[in-house]
Amino acid sequence: MSTVLEALNSALLTALESDPRVYVLGEDILDPYGGAFKVTRGLSTRFPGRVLTTPISEAAIVGAAAGMALRGLRPVAEIMFGDFVTLIADQVVNHAAKFRWMYNENVRVPLVVRAPMGGRRGYGPTHSQSLEKMFLGVPGLKVLAPSALGDPGALLLAAIADDDPVLFVEHKLLYTRPLLQAGQGDLADFTLESGGELFPYFVLRPPYPPRLTIATYGYNFELARAAALELMMEHEIFAEMVVFSQLSPFDLTPLFDSLARTLRPGSGQAHRLLTVEEGTLTLGWGAEVAARAAEAVSGLRVRRVAARDLPIANARPLEDAILPQAQDIVAAALSLV
Amino acid sequence: MTDNFALYRVMLLIRRFEERLLAEFSTGKLVGTTHTYIGQEADAAGIFSAASPEDVVFSNHRCHGHFLAYGALSPEGSDPYRLAAELMGKATGLVGGRGGSQHIQWRNFYSNGIQGGIVPVATGMALAEKEKQTGSIVLVFIGDGTLGEGALYESLNLAALWRLPLLVVLENNRYAQTTPVELAVAGSMSGRFAAFGLPVWERETSDVLEVRALAGEAIAHVRSGAGPAALILHTYRFMAHSKGDDPRPPEELARIRQFDPLTIHAARLSPAELDAAEAEVSALLADAFSRAESDPFPVLGNQVNR
Ligand SMILES: Cc1ncc(C[n+]2csc(CCOP(=O)(O)OP(=O)(O)O)c2C)c(N)n1
Ligand SMILES: [Mg+2]
Repeated sequence: MSTVLEALNSALLTALESDPRVYVLGEDILDPYGGAFKVTRGLSTRFPGRVLTTPISEAAIVGAAAGMALRGLRPVAEIMFGDFVTLIADQVVNHAAKFRWMYNENVRVPLVVRAPMGGRRGYGPTHSQSLEKMFLGVPGLKVLAPSALGDPGALLLAAIADDDPVLFVEHKLLYTRPLLQAGQGDLADFTLESGGELFPYFVLRPPYPPRLTIATYGYNFELARAAALELMMEHEIFAEMVVFSQLSPFDLTPLFDSLARTLRPGSGQAHRLLTVEEGTLTLGWGAEVAARAAEAVSGLRVRRVAARDLPIANARPLEDAILPQAQDIVAAALSLV
Repeated sequence: MTDNFALYRVMLLIRRFEERLLAEFSTGKLVGTTHTYIGQEADAAGIFSAASPEDVVFSNHRCHGHFLAYGALSPEGSDPYRLAAELMGKATGLVGGRGGSQHIQWRNFYSNGIQGGIVPVATGMALAEKEKQTGSIVLVFIGDGTLGEGALYESLNLAALWRLPLLVVLENNRYAQTTPVELAVAGSMSGRFAAFGLPVWERETSDVLEVRALAGEAIAHVRSGAGPAALILHTYRFMAHSKGDDPRPPEELARIRQFDPLTIHAARLSPAELDAAEAEVSALLADAFSRAESDPFPVLGNQVNR
């Protein structure tokens, strides 16, 4: 059974093999170490000239990648820990994401920045965050996040093939997760639908009419799924799940379609939406999803499950209390229906 | 056409273009702001007469002079019309009115108004040119004030480690907006580059022939594949930082006028040549600005946040 890590690693190999314009750069990515999370393992052995280890210079790594992209290469930059995206903000916001529009479509900036995000490993306040929300809604930038659904490697290849800059958010706990197969294991009770072609979304439809829709992405789908199974087994509450791999720009049509289903006809009740993410609650992904859903669907009730607005603590009990857990999702769902 | 005439003509084009801009601002035809190159013309004219049209340029907020001198290099000739149109926000501008004064792109010329942040991008461009084996080098322009930005030093390190064909041009006009170098730059300017192993070509001059000779050496070094280098030109900005007020004392403004690059170089030309240059530039700019003025403004289509 292959893992998310294996899928991403072999996608990078495929990209390097199939396109001489692809370069991979980042800190400590050379073999035998192969990167802090091993996503780049084996690449430098196979392609020593196009896998470049860099000094600890996040701004220069991403800036250089933008320059390479402007001049016809297709760089993939790794940020060792997603927390360090604060250091690349100027390069992303004021340079890479601006060029195409600012230069009136004269140029393209095909670059991917991969960033391992997320906590639950006891790495403490500066190596555990999910900071992608800071980059949502930046014009010209795509933010993508693989989950254990579908093919994370294909998603990465689609990001590399894209002509615009992409922030590719990988949750650290996803790496060792096996890829999920429709109809098997946890998914046995759900019908799996997907759409969106290059950057797919997934809809997991329960066996009976749903009472609510859970919207999520990335690793937090693992928690949402556990919560949905518990709601089904323990409470006979059925939840439909919509899992996005494209976070920004927002395209929530599949969510609106799902919300249309999570309403008993003639019940006079509200549509119910529960968003789940690991970034801090305030002004998060869920806030934008909820606002857009409220504009699109009348009579909407919403709950957001997210990290508390605190730095992430090192001690396990504190970290657990700060980050959203499956139990928080269950409780929020129960309060919603 | 002599070499000296061509150099003078480019400098005069820049001077008159910028003067025209300041005049247009005062009549309200231009919005936003602009950073004029008046006083520094010898830098751009000298450097680009030593560069190749296939070289890549990343310029900064003070980019008009760089652009006009770069354009003079290209087979199509310089294009003050499309720059004027861009400054007026017209659809026919270099980037359709989207960028304005500080954000232009044409052929291998790029500019952005973020201090320092352009240097990493230029570094990546140099890597691309090296990998593609085009023989082009990348020139990136910074000012003395930009020595305060950390991204510069990350880039110098990277460029040196990877022996990239990057020439960092530091134009020290002795001020960053209102801040004199004494309040913003500690230690040595050239030492900053030397610390990363970059050879430095440095001169205090407003003579375009001196700039050209010096730039020629620096460019030849970078083009030879020997790695990045720095060119430090100590110069003067005659006008305010942007179109606003200038807090420098009048005596200082008067004193620095003795280093006028046009006056210095004019001594090498005949009165007839000087008149010819003036007539040619004035016709070119009259045409450029009147065409630009009658051009339409762009409209926002159904652009999406891609
Ligand atoms: C990151 C950043 N900080 C501040 C500014 C505002 N600003 C524009 S030009 C300038 C002064 C730049 O001085 P210098 O580098 O010496 O260049 P000069 O204007 O003298 O050509 C400042 C502070 C900016 N554009 N970008
Ligand atoms: Mg200055």
